[in-house]
Amino acid sequence: MSEGIQARPAGAVPPPAGSRAAAEPIKAGKLRHPWRIVFAVVLIALVVLFVIDAAQRQAYGWQYVGKYVFDRRISAAALVTIQLTVYSMIIGVLLGLVLAVMRLSPNPVVKSVAWLYLWIFRGTPVYVQLVFWGLFSLIYPHIFLGVPWTSLGYSLSLGFMQNAFIIAFVGLALNEAAYMAEIVRAGLLSVDTGQEEAATALGMSWWQTMTRIIIPQAMRVIIPPTGNEVISMLKTTSLVAAIPLTTDLYGVARDISAVTYTPIPLLIVASLWYLLFTSILMVGQFFLEKRFSRGVNARRPDRAAAAGVLPAAGAPDGNDLGGKG
Amino acid sequence: MSAVTPMVQAEGVSKSFGTNHVLRGIDLTVDPGEVLCIIGPSGSGKSTFLRCINHLERVDAGRLAVDGQVVGYRQHGDKLYELKPKEAARQRREIGMVFQRFNLFPHMTALENVIEAPIRVKGLAKGRAVERAEELLERVGLGDKGDHYPSQLSGGQQQRVAIARALAMDPKLMLFDEPTSALDPELVGEVLDVMKGLAASGMTMIVVTHEMGFAREVADAVVFMDGGVVVESGDPSEVLANPRHERTKAFLSKVL
Repeated sequence: MSEGIQARPAGAVPPPAGSRAAAEPIKAGKLRHPWRIVFAVVLIALVVLFVIDAAQRQAYGWQYVGKYVFDRRISAAALVTIQLTVYSMIIGVLLGLVLAVMRLSPNPVVKSVAWLYLWIFRGTPVYVQLVFWGLFSLIYPHIFLGVPWTSLGYSLSLGFMQNAFIIAFVGLALNEAAYMAEIVRAGLLSVDTGQEEAATALGMSWWQTMTRIIIPQAMRVIIPPTGNEVISMLKTTSLVAAIPLTTDLYGVARDISAVTYTPIPLLIVASLWYLLFTSILMVGQFFLEKRFSRGVNARRPDRAAAAGVLPAAGAPDGNDLGGKG
Repeated sequence: MSAVTPMVQAEGVSKSFGTNHVLRGIDLTVDPGEVLCIIGPSGSGKSTFLRCINHLERVDAGRLAVDGQVVGYRQHGDKLYELKPKEAARQRREIGMVFQRFNLFPHMTALENVIEAPIRVKGLAKGRAVERAEELLERVGLGDKGDHYPSQLSGGQQQRVAIARALAMDPKLMLFDEPTSALDPELVGEVLDVMKGLAASGMTMIVVTHEMGFAREVADAVVFMDGGVVVESGDPSEVLANPRHERTKAFLSKVL
């Protein structure tokens, strides 16, 4: 059967339409937009005035901003903020993945438990949650692992729940998981059902189908909002004051200002550091999105042109990366 | 009645989705090496029946066996027990399926599509799988397209990759679910040619199709389905040229 089945001849691209003689270019008076210029000038003037005024205003305490922006304590605190962000996002994404799969489970109890989790953690403020986790060891000083209403088993001390740093990233992660679950679920649902069917028909197991076929395709939908979540988490870490944890960027800035009576310059110092980190993340986000949208609209024209490939126009093509997302 | 075990044997196969009875007792037999074409109007249950054969859908009543084994169930004495997912997967990998909308994995190249299941499911070494995949892509006329992503291939090329992907599992039975319905007319021929070659090589095939020319030329038997039952079946020249049943006549007069 190797006989006679020819691949499409190379270069079978239809000739470009409309190759008529070029018409005379239109010469017309340009439409003017005087108001655009007026608004631009007014805005620039306002910004300049604000900058000049701010530079001269004593209350900003610019000399303190300069003094503390590279302070050892501040940069150490910035590291704590980064750690909180990274740890809570890692746990949040993993737990979110589990919750998303639970929500898509055919088992109604599993589904309901996941829904209940989301309902509680998305329905209450994260600040309130963090206060609650700070008090957790008062409610449960230790946990008894064993047969209920007997003495069989042993008691696990929850002493580690008094470590504010652990409470902080666990508390943030538990909240984040609820949001990540929805992002992951949307990603999984964005993959055409035919993909799962094709994998099943090939004899692949559920696990293989998820890890090899569904999740890699869902990533394109999951990655961009997850980047946003990282940026959002970096800022949310400032709420760990609720636990209370004060070794993070905002906490240390506040502590210093409580001693020096210079709250405003230290707010600016903290903000500069947050801005630095979010800017870096936004640049990373830009490249990540560019990478994951590759092949969605573009057909890698370099190679397609070389191979003389016709786009499968008009075919209801479930495989085309485009369409969704 | 031949002495060989039929490749597919259906007796009173029924399936409903809620109150919608899609299959109302299908009886048919496909012998090894035979090509069966199933024709009929849309909604007649053709695709559902095909999906029952590899247990993508569960049969509600009747008996459906592939190569002597009950599909989706284990027989223990007189009783049937539902198969575990692992056992169902083992049954499925012996049955190749080609879908109307190709369902290639878009994040993998043509070659990666073909080697995925042999490596993951059969545990074939990568080198051996690639060798075999290149052979199969050559066989469907796409030997030079192995490194292309599905989005860079035409519909006809994608469907031929899908056929190669199914063949890579060395199935004993191939199911085609309207393999050319989603294609532009000028791309239909290249896919049918591959299927003709496959039939000539002795593969057992069940093809749900609207391509009457293909059915007449390649099929050993044609089944006309309507309303979830087999209305008429037999030799393609008989069924297509001299249908006995009114419904078959009415259908053929519209599509021919």
